[in-house]
Formats: sequence, structure tokens, C-alpha cells
Amino acid sequence: MPTGPTLTIQGLTKQFGAVRAVDDLSFTVRPGVVTGFLGPNGSGKTTTLRVLLGLAQPTSGGALVGDRPYAEHPRPARLVGSSLEPGFHPGRTGLAHLEAYAPQVGVSRARCREVLDLVGMGAYADRRVGAYSMGMKQRLGLATALLADPPAVVLDEPANGLDPEGIVWMRGLLRRFAAEGRTVLVSSHVLSEVQHTVDEVVVIARGRLVHASSLADLAATAEVGTLVVAADRERLSRLAADRGWRAEPEGDGLLLRGVSAAEAGAACFAAGIELHQLATRGEDLEAAFLRLTAHREAEAA
Amino acid sequence: MRAALLAEHRKLVSTRLWWILLLGMGVYLAFIGAVMAFSFTLTGEDAGTPPLAGRDAATATYSLVNAIGYVFPLVVGSLSVTTEFRHRTITQTLLVEPRRNVVVSAKLLATVPVGLALGLVGVLALVATSAPVLAWRGDGAYLSDPEVIAVLVLGVVTTALWAVIGAAFGMLLTNQVAAVVVILAFTQLVEPIARTALGAVDALAGASAYLPGAAADALIGASLFGEIAGIDLLPRWGGALVLLAYAAAFAVAGRLTTFRRDIG
Repeated sequence: MPTGPTLTIQGLTKQFGAVRAVDDLSFTVRPGVVTGFLGPNGSGKTTTLRVLLGLAQPTSGGALVGDRPYAEHPRPARLVGSSLEPGFHPGRTGLAHLEAYAPQVGVSRARCREVLDLVGMGAYADRRVGAYSMGMKQRLGLATALLADPPAVVLDEPANGLDPEGIVWMRGLLRRFAAEGRTVLVSSHVLSEVQHTVDEVVVIARGRLVHASSLADLAATAEVGTLVVAADRERLSRLAADRGWRAEPEGDGLLLRGVSAAEAGAACFAAGIELHQLATRGEDLEAAFLRLTAHREAEAA
Repeated sequence: MRAALLAEHRKLVSTRLWWILLLGMGVYLAFIGAVMAFSFTLTGEDAGTPPLAGRDAATATYSLVNAIGYVFPLVVGSLSVTTEFRHRTITQTLLVEPRRNVVVSAKLLATVPVGLALGLVGVLALVATSAPVLAWRGDGAYLSDPEVIAVLVLGVVTTALWAVIGAAFGMLLTNQVAAVVVILAFTQLVEPIARTALGAVDALAGASAYLPGAAADALIGASLFGEIAGIDLLPRWGGALVLLAYAAAFAVAGRLTTFRRDIG
């Protein structure tokens, strides 16, 4: 398997009337890893992917697949397999759907059956798409993307509508693709959906980049906090105010944000405050992601 | 381009609707053929003189593949484009072929074989029911007359052209329901009335020859409308040019609007 192409988004801006859907966005997607493209609904993910795949024209900036824009590759679907909110004619069978695109992807009818088997849809090949469930359509969309066995795959919300078993299966497939050296970009509005799949994360909100790093580095930005329950809550509140800690009431105590258990314990000890509980509250990855995007949302509003 | 044509062809024939419309066209034209043949050959004291006789009756009947049948290829052609927008398969179509000129050209050309099939079925159905009646009660079916053979062959060709015009129209009006409604209204109501009304006014009679249905009758070389209303048709080549001009105008307009925008 040859190395997949690098996907490059360069200063991409896309304006719809008065709305700036994507605002000077830049990031790169490397081969050999799974990159998660994350952001709330309406943050500009799909618009970015549409420009990347030549469906929409950028207002300024642009996107490259390897050394040139997607549409300038002679047979782009052989290079990048993609599935963007896949649409299907309900009267066509799953197999007929694939066969309609096979000539331009440059694959045979036999390959269409093969790829349906690959996504676990072999038994439904001759059933009309109108009778498919959401998850089956999602798998058929993935089959369409994989027709050419492409060195790069771009999938928009691939986990939508998949059952838990399907999500685990897709995770394995994408991990294998990355291990083979392909370029893998998956978008999602829920980090937890792709948390166990992705190596790299690109987070956008309101059309702008808010974070790009490895998943581990994103985890490292997760904010710590300490839950402190004291015998005298009034004194604890005064101490928090003196120290300039951000404190919120939680149960009988206070949740101190950005304060480690050691720091809180030492301060209480020095102040002679009797403690009943001192517990570290680690922010989970999803909360870190939400904080990143919420910050940008608030800034824009 | 070959790949794009094959892809578009597969899209057209992989849905049931196209087979249903093919069957519908055959059944409908078989019925019309029988009705017209009987009305031309009715003689007797109450019936008066039939409006047409001899070879004219035969060609006027066989030409109905256009005047009555043209709604079918128009709808089939328009659906080849509008279903892609209705079911959002256009996204995948443009992902596998981002060159939009290729997509537009392939969609137009891919309707030709389907249009020829519709035309063949339509003409055969018309002839199957009308020729025996014309031969039995009228002056003959004239099926070996070179002029009649030309009418039959050009009826098939014209039907294919209608399919192309339908596809081009679908590119301009991509809303499937709206496109079908406009086609039905135009073919069943607007054009018949316009042809009659324009023909009744001397100053405008010339203009009616440029209506698409009249141009198609001109290409076929026979017209029930023309015979009844006494309107002159364009020469065959003129009719062909007018039809091609309609197809080109719709296709160019569709390319510059629908297919210039962001899609998907």
C-alpha cells in the first residue's frame, strides 16, 4: 500500500452571504494516522470537506490533496474515497448504487460485490435502498467510498446511525487503514464517538481552528479541579476568594477549578481549616473539547 | 467520457420508474392508435366525411408518437437529472467526476438510447393497433410507402430528442415535482392551446411553427394538428434545428445556473 496523500487546508474562507461559515482555516492531515475533525454542529466541518472535495468553491484560500486540488486529479475518486451525507435513490438496490459509480471510479462490477461484503452488506446487495436502515445506509456510503480501495478516505460523521457493534467495527477498519499508511480523516460533532479511533485531532468552532494536536496533547489540556468539603464552608469560601480561585458550590463543598489537590490541601492546612474531603476532579476529554469550542462560541457571540 | 456515459446509463435503467414509463407509453399509444384509426375510417351517414384519408390518415396517426407521446420521453429525461437532486445522489456523482461539463454532457447523451427505446416502443404500439384498422376499414396502412417509413423512423428519432430536451430542462428546473408538473402542463395544456390559438391569428400563425411540439411534427414530417388547423410546418431540417436549439438553450442555462453553483 503506497503512502496516502497529505491533505492541506490553506487559509480557507467560505462566505455564504453574510455568514462566514469557514474563517481563515488552516491545517494538514498526515498519512498513517487517523485524524478526527471535530466541532459542534454548524461549525463549518462539512463546508470545509465540501471545498476539500471540489463540491464547493472557496471564497479565498483553498485545499489540496497531495500537490493539487481534488478536482484537478485525473480520477480523484481513486485517490480519495469519500462519503459526505450520502444520498441514495430509494428505488435502486445497494449493488446498483455502487455499479452506477463504478465506471468513473474505474472498478468492475465484481469489485462492487466485494466491497459490499467488506462492509458486511453482502446479504443485502439486491435489496432496494428504500428498505435499508440508517446504519445500513451508512455502511453503503462507506462501501461507495471504498470502491477503489483508495489511499485516502474522508468520511463525514461516519458513526451516525451505526449501532455500537458497527462503531467498533468501523474503528478497527480505520485503525487498519492508518496502519497501512493511508490518510484517514473523519469528522464528528461528538469527541467520545471517535475518541478511541483518532490519533490526531483538529477542533474547529464557528469556522475557526481552536485546537490541533495529538489526542494525547488534547487530553493534557484537560483542566484539573479539586472538590473540597470543609467543616466550615464559610471559611473555605473566604480562603478561595483570598487566593483568587474559581470556586463553585458542589454538594456540601466547593469545586475549585484549576487548583490541584496538593495546593488546596496545603492552603487549608495553613489556614487551619478542618477538611472532610479532598478529591481530584479530572476533566474528561469531552469536557475539554466542549470548553475549547464553547470558548470560541462565546468569543464570536 | 465513456465511463461517465456508462455511469449515467446505469443510473437511468436501474430504477423501476423508467420501465413503468416505457410500458405506460406503449399502452397509451396503442390505445390512441386504435382510437384515431377508427375515427379516420368511420364512414356512414352519421359520421360525415372523415377529416383525413389515404396516406395522410396513416402518417397523421403514426406521427402521434410525438403529439401525444412526447410527454413520456420529456419526463424520463427530466427525471435523469431531478432524481439526483431529490435524493442528493448528485454529491456522489460530482465526487467521482468533478468536471461538470463532462457530467452535463454525459447526462444529455445518456438519455439518447433510452429515448430511442421509448420511441421504438411508442411507434410499434401505435402501428400495432392502428395499421390493421387502417388497412381493414380505410385506404390502407401504407407501411411500405417510403414517406410513411420516414415518418416512423423519424418518430423514433424525435422521441430520443425529447428525452435530451427533458434532461436539459431538468438541469434548469431541478425540483422534481415542479419539473414534472411544468412538463405535464406544457404538453397537455399550454402547447395544444398555443398551437391552436396562434394558428387562428394570421399574423402569429408563423410563430406557432417554432413551438417545440410543432417543430417536432415538422421533423417527423406529419402532424395531426397541422392537418386539422391547416398550419404550415417548418421543413424537416428546420424542425430538427429548432428542437436542437431548445435542448441547447436549456442545457446551457442549466450549466450556467444549477451546475455553476456549489452542490452537495
